[in-house]
Amino acid sequence: MSPPGLVLRHASLTFGDRPLFQALQARFDAGSWTCLLGRSGSGKSSLLRMIASLRLPDNHHLDLQTSDGIPLAGRVAWMAQQDLLVPWQRVAGNVMLSAHWQGRPTAADRRRAEHLLAQVGLADKADRWPDELSGGQRQRIALARTLFADASVVLMDEPFSAVDAITRLELHDLASRLLADRTVLMVTHDPLEALRLADRILILQGEPARLVSISVPPGDRPRSLDDSELQRRQAELVTQLRETDDA
Amino acid sequence: MPERALLKRLVRPLLALVTIVAIWQLVLTLTGVPRYILPSPMAVGRALIDQRGLLAHHAGITAIEIVAGLIGGILLGLTTALALARFRALRRTLLPLLLISQAIPLFALAPILMLWLGYGLGPKILMAMVIIYFPVASTGYDGLRQTPQGWLDLAQTFGLTRRQRLLKVQLPAALPSLASGLRMAASAAPIGAVIGEWVGSSQGLGYLMLNANARLQIDLMFAALVVLVAFAVLLYFGVDAALRLAMPWHHDRVESEP
Repeated sequence: MSPPGLVLRHASLTFGDRPLFQALQARFDAGSWTCLLGRSGSGKSSLLRMIASLRLPDNHHLDLQTSDGIPLAGRVAWMAQQDLLVPWQRVAGNVMLSAHWQGRPTAADRRRAEHLLAQVGLADKADRWPDELSGGQRQRIALARTLFADASVVLMDEPFSAVDAITRLELHDLASRLLADRTVLMVTHDPLEALRLADRILILQGEPARLVSISVPPGDRPRSLDDSELQRRQAELVTQLRETDDA
Repeated sequence: MPERALLKRLVRPLLALVTIVAIWQLVLTLTGVPRYILPSPMAVGRALIDQRGLLAHHAGITAIEIVAGLIGGILLGLTTALALARFRALRRTLLPLLLISQAIPLFALAPILMLWLGYGLGPKILMAMVIIYFPVASTGYDGLRQTPQGWLDLAQTFGLTRRQRLLKVQLPAALPSLASGLRMAASAAPIGAVIGEWVGSSQGLGYLMLNANARLQIDLMFAALVVLVAFAVLLYFGVDAALRLAMPWHHDRVESEP
């Protein structure tokens, strides 16, 4: 399963009668990790929802092409800011939620769920109820659920913003390792997160918004925090995001 | 340990019961209310024991009406909720009708049901069903409508059909809301059955109460009432226990007190 690249054309979104963006274009390379930044209300989450074909209240349009020509439907995994664990399934059941919802999980599904739980370091929690776990643990289960779908394109909307700073760094390492061979598109508010994880950073800015590409620090991801280059770029990136607001 | 926990849980209701009986006796002693208005707890207790055969017979009839009405009402209410959530056309036509139907007083409906269905068990079961149906249908439908968007997003990316989404996502998400409807239904069910019996019947606790009243057997009337109250309480806790079994993830959080 080699992941497809994505090409976006004519993306437009109107909020009420205010156009958030029009005729937006972007290309996401196969197997790359792209972070999408922007101020609140810039429409970045909406753009992600459009790519995922999720419900949106506003007027929107998008031409989406995949590099292999096969439609994206059924190949997308979705991860949100909330862990979205369902309280009526135990931890293992939440990991293989797609199997539960589409029918009945097979023995192979169960083994796969156990394997993924071990990978996120929660093998001993398989039979617990989700509400017995901490926020960080729950988000790790959400990550395991995202991986279970075995989708080659992973769309994430601020997936690590609701956990504490240390847990977030741990989740970066984990996600970066486990999502290595997939095309990842992640919306985030956190410039540092983007600089650690991304092969490419895009900022949605202006009114109506355009996509601006930002260079990332060299080196393999997740990039180390004590990288001086990373620190320098973070300052730049924050300045750039602030300018968006003043413009 | 579980035995002690059970004992602890029984102490408070028992204490409440003893208090009620004590106040009852106190009112009798202080005011000197005649026995044909308010019999003594002792007299009612004696009636419970002496007339146990008669009470058991009529209680059995009422129990059948209540349980059959409860099961029928829940099934019909749940089906309605699912159908309303699934079909838009049904929402537009049935929902207003459902709300209007709630404006009809149950007492007014009873004689018509007697006319159509006779004096047997049928109209009483139907009365209980009607009274249970609405809370189940409305809380069920509300619950099905209020599924958090995030779970619907997941359902969408998993590529679920509308049917799968309804049964695997919306229905379990609606259970807590539905549960409050079911608890309401359980406490309302005896009302429907007894109203049915009052309007016209030859059996059941409601009939027994009217009959005893006419013959000035006030202690028997109260004994029948005690049995009816016991039914209502048992039914409530039975439904509550069943709901706990159906929602094991809810633990005992709701119940556990500081």
